[in-house]
Amino acid sequence: MKEMEINEKALLAEDGGGKAAQTGWSAEVRRAAVAPMTGKTSTTWKLIVAVCSLFVLAGIGTWLYQLKHGLGAAGYNDQAFWAVYIVDVIAFIGVSYGGAVISAILRLTGQSWRAPLTRLAEGTALVTVAIGALYIFPHLGRPERFWEIVVFVNTSSPLFWDFIAIGTYVLATVIFFYLPLVPDMAIVNRMLGKKNRPIQYKVYNLLSLKWLGTEKQRRLLHGAMSLVALIIVPLAVSVHSVLSWAFATTSRPGWMETVFPPYFVVAALYSGTALVIVVASAFRKGYHLEKYIHTRHFVRLGYVMAAMGLVYAYLTLADLLSEGYTGITSGWIYQTVLGRWAIPFWFYVVVGEVMPIALVAVKRTRNIKGMTIASLGVVISLWIKRIVIVLPPVTQPLIGNQWGTYHFTWVSVTITLAGVAAIPLGLMLLFRVLPVLSIDEMEEMGEIGSTEQISEFTAAAEKRLAVGATNGNGHANGNVNGHSNGDAVPVTQGEVQ
Amino acid sequence: MRKVSQKKSSSDELSVISEESCGCSVDGQSCTITSMVEAGEPAASDDKEFSRRRFLSLLGAAAGAAAVIGSGIELLSYRAYAQGLPQTNGWTGNSGVTGSGAATMASSEAPPTHQWAMVIDLSMCNGCKSCTAACQKAHYLTPDQTWIDVFTLTDAEGKTYPMPRPCMQCENPPCLHVCPVHATFRQDQGVVLVDQERCIGCRMCMAACPYQARYFNWNSNVQYPKLSVPPSPEMPVPQRLGTVGKCTFCVGNLNNGLLSECAAGCPMGAIYNGDLKTDVAVNSLGSTVKLSSFLYDNNAVTFKPEQNTHPRVWYIQGDGQDLNDNKASQSS
Repeated sequence: MKEMEINEKALLAEDGGGKAAQTGWSAEVRRAAVAPMTGKTSTTWKLIVAVCSLFVLAGIGTWLYQLKHGLGAAGYNDQAFWAVYIVDVIAFIGVSYGGAVISAILRLTGQSWRAPLTRLAEGTALVTVAIGALYIFPHLGRPERFWEIVVFVNTSSPLFWDFIAIGTYVLATVIFFYLPLVPDMAIVNRMLGKKNRPIQYKVYNLLSLKWLGTEKQRRLLHGAMSLVALIIVPLAVSVHSVLSWAFATTSRPGWMETVFPPYFVVAALYSGTALVIVVASAFRKGYHLEKYIHTRHFVRLGYVMAAMGLVYAYLTLADLLSEGYTGITSGWIYQTVLGRWAIPFWFYVVVGEVMPIALVAVKRTRNIKGMTIASLGVVISLWIKRIVIVLPPVTQPLIGNQWGTYHFTWVSVTITLAGVAAIPLGLMLLFRVLPVLSIDEMEEMGEIGSTEQISEFTAAAEKRLAVGATNGNGHANGNVNGHSNGDAVPVTQGEVQ
Repeated sequence: MRKVSQKKSSSDELSVISEESCGCSVDGQSCTITSMVEAGEPAASDDKEFSRRRFLSLLGAAAGAAAVIGSGIELLSYRAYAQGLPQTNGWTGNSGVTGSGAATMASSEAPPTHQWAMVIDLSMCNGCKSCTAACQKAHYLTPDQTWIDVFTLTDAEGKTYPMPRPCMQCENPPCLHVCPVHATFRQDQGVVLVDQERCIGCRMCMAACPYQARYFNWNSNVQYPKLSVPPSPEMPVPQRLGTVGKCTFCVGNLNNGLLSECAAGCPMGAIYNGDLKTDVAVNSLGSTVKLSSFLYDNNAVTFKPEQNTHPRVWYIQGDGQDLNDNKASQSS
């Protein structure tokens, strides 16, 4: 990408920038948010993108191989007819749920501290929902006939409603991601100008809907954002309930569970919050957002995650106990808890429940590092937990006692890893063309309000732990190191690493 | 082999124009022996000549008798008995549309002559799996694709016994209800079939089937011989990769007056092909029975009646055998 310069005049918030307007802090926010879009990319950035692209390409190639050779190449058989790919669908759409709902709920409840996180959370939601929806294609035996679902509609099929639910949710996620971008696109265009990016300029101009930040525009935008935030919460609940009903409407013991809809919804929230923490942690470091994303953000998200984790543990117990106690259909329960699936199940219990909740509970580990480790554990073990939800009931014999088996093959592993690699790749490419911070929102929430909250809640902790280069008071002084004073400077300090 | 062409109408209903190669007269009760024999002749192969002729003549004779005697016999009453279900439970038990949005095959002709069924006499089965082998040979199935599989269950004394399981051809088929594209349909003779030209391979039907009776085409390395007839839902050979397949009841055989491959291949005569309309069932040993009284007298049961699927396959249980005893199929 060609080198771009920041128009220094555009660093100042123009009008309704709220409390932060005219302060140097606003200029800093803008600089930090736009920095990854300009200038050269660092070697690290290029390396990560290259490696992730390789994984994604390998996944696509493997999928073509699978198309030619059949799903048997992915380890599937008649007694393990649903396995890795449906787990990928659930897991990826699940983590997307977290990003969307966290952002929506924080918005609805007027939590001003959310501002630096929303773009990252919504971006994560967008990228992961796209990946999750795409996993339907390797899941299908004949993906080229997918269009038939729309043409030969069968409203009594759970899969038709899956299609409707996922489709609506993808649309809502796109809108939810787009709305806060409207003012940001205008800001970006003002900052980066037309030079060197004529096409991008035109597109952004179009998407910014002639945003000027007038009172009326602001009112309209807020109304729309509140509405979409309000819609996306029940919508996300419905998506995961409907996904779970693809299992729960069959007569298979272990799937036909009344607990499944909330079970899936909470799992999605749990893993989704965790992924937001992981993404925030990675981008905070890589994109130099230490000034805006603080320990308190991680701790608060950590609290949400721990709460979800406890609910999920409760639902897991509720699922296993009632049937396991009577023993009527306990074949799959035995195999899950003590039998062939015991290792992945107990891995989930330790790494996906005990470890993260302990890390949140203990004060010493209630910091960025601790939360990130906890979240990584949750994200990984919740994928494994989904495997444990899907495979024991599917391999359980419905007649006789011949258990089925599923073996992971290089095909299913490669295709799954492609999705994992697509998350950082998608986010890094996304924030190469869009600001990584929600500029307008941050300006509206204001610097002063934010810093006050920082000192109120975690300033003490931050001081004690000396986390990050700056603490909450660092920019309360309006100390912006004269960035906004000079002429247009090539953004070298904004290099992405 | 019947030719089946499907017309997809906008109301998502499969209407099928079937050219009956069998020129039998349709009077709702019986076929004349001669017309069926004539019609069935070209499709006959030498090794099946004997049983086929017997089957046909006996079927015709018994049907004729049934038409005379059994004008007052309520077809549904014994079936309700055999299913152990009171008729007042809202289930009509008829061969019509099953559930909203269900695809059916509506014949362009008069009401169907036959409603195919099956009886499996567990007391006769010795577990030799000849049925599985015959089925796999006829349909060019892979070893994994056991459209009729023989499971091992345990009786009251703890002894094991073999239990053949074809597709139950449910009158209320869960696989049909969950198919998102109507690839699974129930034709007018009550046989549940899969249109492999439409199936998207989502395997929701495999999840829904309580009998584990559906088999996917997982691998592309299956060798099929060159066949003169193109694949059809009734005879899906060669099968399409990435679609689901299952027992077709050999409905093509039945309509040509032949036994299904599994029934013909059973050396014990444990599998009977039956017709609810003519109230006759025949096995490979040539013994012909009046279906309704055969089921009634032997306390025939359907498999997993609690699933509310209303199978068209009945089981006659031997001493101490209880198909629907949870512990028998309990796994640990």
